[in-house]
Amino acid sequence: MTMTEQAKSIQPPLPLGPIAWVRKNLFSDWFNAILTLVSIIFLYFAVTAFARWALFSADWRPVTGTPMLFLVGQYPREQLWRPGLSLLFSTFLIGVSWGVWERYVKAFAIFIAITLGIFAILPLKTADLTPAVRAFFLFNSLLIYAGYRVGHTRWMSGMKTSLLWLFVSIVITLVLLPGYENSKIMPSVATTAWGGLLMTLLLAVGGIVLSFPIGVLLALGRRSSLPVVKIFSVFFIETIRGVPLVTILFMFSVILALFLPAESRIDRILRALMGMVIFSAAYTAENVRGGLQAIPEGQEEAARALGLSGFQITWFIVLPQALRLVIPNIVGQFIALFKDTTLVVIVGINDLLGIGNAVLNLNPEFVRLQMEVYLFIAVIFWIFSYFLSYASLKLEKALGVGER
Amino acid sequence: MREESKERGTTIISCKDVHKWFGGFHALKGVSMDVKKGEVIVIFGPSGSGKSTFIRTINRLEEHQRGQIIVDNVELSHDVRNVEKVRMETGMVFQQFNLFPHLTVMQNITLAPIWVRKWPKDKAEQEGLKLLERVGIPEQADKFPGQLSGGQQQRVAIARALAMQPKIMLFDEPTSALDPEMIKEVLDAMILLAKSGMTMLVVTHEMGFARAVADRMYFFDQGQIVESGTPDEIFKSPREERTKLFLSQILSH
Repeated sequence: MTMTEQAKSIQPPLPLGPIAWVRKNLFSDWFNAILTLVSIIFLYFAVTAFARWALFSADWRPVTGTPMLFLVGQYPREQLWRPGLSLLFSTFLIGVSWGVWERYVKAFAIFIAITLGIFAILPLKTADLTPAVRAFFLFNSLLIYAGYRVGHTRWMSGMKTSLLWLFVSIVITLVLLPGYENSKIMPSVATTAWGGLLMTLLLAVGGIVLSFPIGVLLALGRRSSLPVVKIFSVFFIETIRGVPLVTILFMFSVILALFLPAESRIDRILRALMGMVIFSAAYTAENVRGGLQAIPEGQEEAARALGLSGFQITWFIVLPQALRLVIPNIVGQFIALFKDTTLVVIVGINDLLGIGNAVLNLNPEFVRLQMEVYLFIAVIFWIFSYFLSYASLKLEKALGVGER
Repeated sequence: MREESKERGTTIISCKDVHKWFGGFHALKGVSMDVKKGEVIVIFGPSGSGKSTFIRTINRLEEHQRGQIIVDNVELSHDVRNVEKVRMETGMVFQQFNLFPHLTVMQNITLAPIWVRKWPKDKAEQEGLKLLERVGIPEQADKFPGQLSGGQQQRVAIARALAMQPKIMLFDEPTSALDPEMIKEVLDAMILLAKSGMTMLVVTHEMGFARAVADRMYFFDQGQIVESGTPDEIFKSPREERTKLFLSQILSH
């Protein structure tokens, strides 16, 4: 046989069949076999015990009885069309985002569509889920697909979608939900009535969107050659990082209110949000700093030699590379922030967890049903966190294209 | 022909008694050099002799602390506008290429013309493609630097520097980080550039390149110019012992 013939006859090994795979990976030696058996037994008991509890002995009434409370808190029921319209905008834009950014949003968009669909047909006997509300959820579910088709058209771009999101967020938070005093169509609704998932998402999205640019600016400020900027950034970052979030939330909601004159009182949700933003910004700044330090000196030198200005160097050369390096850390920070929104309970804001507590406390029948309520809330948090880290993983891989 | 045009060339870089300290280390100890338009200067010497530091003072990647540097009638000082002017007129090629890894080859080349020279994108891309053709790799325009070989990356770096239409090109050991089989393609591109009349300052130990295109050579040691002359003078009859010793070391293998 000549060399070339020999080379041709050699094939890569075939992938293992299922039985061979099980042998190789689960029962390769006696220790591995015991480990596998013990794990299977443990899993069996854990899963069956949980399933038995969840399906037969758990009492899900606190959750199923008042789903609207978990969704929007005590937002006046006759004004429900306002959070409803917010949901409408959001589902449409989720669909558009799916069409524009494809696989980063796909899983999340499909999941939301299915969840809304299930909500619409769930056989629950509750006053909240009127036929109209069910139809509305179903409509939203379909709207995601409509948004997807729109996002697929030529004139939709990532830039336009981002701007639409920004515009819609501003309209929802500043106009639609708060409303106007003395307005017949949209009377003002005090933020004390906002709550549930709506509040959690507002705090999380607001916190993430506002803290990210501030964090990046702080990270850049920390490297600034201007002593005033540098000292301020270092002082800010290190002070905030040295204080627990709970303390910051207390400071902002109590102390800030005490020092400001009564007429210039900032809304308590805004105060809590400000606390979360500066807290998260300090950590984002430290994450971004790690990325900035990893960019070789030569990148900046080459850019300077080309005549680019300091701002251009930062914007075109340093930041894109630095941020790409720290995407996992930053998304981790976002997830932490998202979960930390539950801390606003201590300053009397009824986010998802606050509503859960309220439901448990108000009805004496429900007092011993913490397990059900907290598990339900945990699952909701887990779902959002999971999709965040899933998108980050995809983003990381896609951006690896031009890596050295 | 070439010699004649040289004599008519005006002085484009003038360095007088340039000093530079890194902390307590005296890196440049009074370097003076005049370069005329269209001249190709080769600077060589042992590592740590200050040759890289010197060419980096010319576009002020390093600040000189004493002496005077005038580039194209602009004196380098703390005045940022002067530094900007000089950087517009000088291109630089680095030992480690320093391409921007997150941008395509074409984006690497067009970034500065679009944002510093304010060219429209179309024009910048047309010129960019011409430059890529000049360095022999027009087909790589849409790739990322990480997908190219070292030699190709360095040729992109040359094209990127040329995209700003500089009057002077600075090369800081452009072939030192390359695998041996890729050195020639980069040197060929540089020789082509030299023959087109570009003013070039090249820090290199490629003596073949020096012989082929250098007008003058400068031998640096311990932060000073030890000796200078035409390639003929330097190779055939070096005056200084240090020059002889160094040449024998780098030419022996």
